[in-house]
Amino acid sequence: MYSFTYTRAKSLAEARDMLAKDQDAKLLSGGMTLIPTLKQRLASPSQLIDISRIAELRGIAVKGEHLEIGAAMQHAEVARSNDVKQKIPALAYLASQIGDPQVRNRGTIGGSVANNDPVADYPGAALGLGATIKTTQREIAADDFFKGVFETALKADEIVTGISFPVPKRAAYAKFPHPVSGYSMTGSFVADNGNGVRVAITGAGQGVFRWKEAEVALGRNFSLAALKGLAMPSRGLSNDLHATAEYRANLVEVMTRRAVASLTGGK
Amino acid sequence: MARIEMTVNGKKVSHDVEDRTLLADFLRDELGLTGTHIGCDTSQCGCCTVHVDGVAVKSCTMLVGQANGADILTIEGMAKGDKLHPVQQAFTECHALQCGFCTPGMIMAVAGLLKDNPSPNDDEIIHGLEGNLCRCTGYINIIKAVKHAAAAMK
Repeated sequence: MYSFTYTRAKSLAEARDMLAKDQDAKLLSGGMTLIPTLKQRLASPSQLIDISRIAELRGIAVKGEHLEIGAAMQHAEVARSNDVKQKIPALAYLASQIGDPQVRNRGTIGGSVANNDPVADYPGAALGLGATIKTTQREIAADDFFKGVFETALKADEIVTGISFPVPKRAAYAKFPHPVSGYSMTGSFVADNGNGVRVAITGAGQGVFRWKEAEVALGRNFSLAALKGLAMPSRGLSNDLHATAEYRANLVEVMTRRAVASLTGGK
Repeated sequence: MARIEMTVNGKKVSHDVEDRTLLADFLRDELGLTGTHIGCDTSQCGCCTVHVDGVAVKSCTMLVGQANGADILTIEGMAKGDKLHPVQQAFTECHALQCGFCTPGMIMAVAGLLKDNPSPNDDEIIHGLEGNLCRCTGYINIIKAVKHAAAAMK
């Protein structure tokens, strides 16, 4: 790692000030992506501002028909939260499948969403559920937040403070993990809001995206039969040493069917 | 440079180190606690697993500053004198190691797993040890040892 200074911010205001004053500073939360990045010398920030213990970024709360999760909540905390399990079990399940136990004990939801790794799980849940990303400056709909590979709508001096998930009628996540890294080769997050269906695909393409054809089909008839004959085009999907674009396109269909089947009792 | 103060295996320690120091390097190089191994250095293998405030983490992917003020438990803190921790005892009795390189991290991960789930079944053990790689045993005896330890700790 290149040299940097490390500071633990005591409040959101302090973190915001430090970030605004130093263009080369980076926010550190769980560090599950940032520290490996630094170790490979792929980044050389002047300072790391640790925001993981800031009280304003912690906590899980049910607010009416929304579930709000603080940015610094770790995957393990989300996975075992009774509120999450009760309101959006698919989200608790998704959190329980990220990386491995030690990674889940450190990595945070805010970090995952802000990093927007195309093979990360949380962007699938945020887009699939139609979540709102709350920051120090505004509220951003998930549809406007994720902008491709590691790109988001966040400005340089903006900090994710939490994510608000509308509670769906029913939702499920099915993931084909890479056998070594556990990252999703393809994950499909299917959410039925009662008046519409959203299907978000992560891992397969250049960033999380919605499979609109499946949404329309499932909106008319929420069943496996509705997906019959619906093909995901491979064009634009990732094609790398882990899998071809054609294979990923097939995984999109299979994972979406699995997610739907888990909600309809296999029908 | 920063002043790091933490409790390691029940003892208070205080050192001045560079901000970029990793917890694993701090434990090994500054404190001489070389039982915490560094296998892959890319947070895949889990050999460097220690407990920070009671939670299993990979110490090669944590800055020592992030653990400042914390209570750290390493493999050296598991036995009480000559009496091995039940997880260590179970690994010995079940022959859950061959070369032993992954064992310190494996034992710390198992101790973390059993804290969350005192009687895991095979699937839960496999899922719970996903962050730890062993290249010798094929895991069969490790799974056996986890069950053995779970029974002993009841």
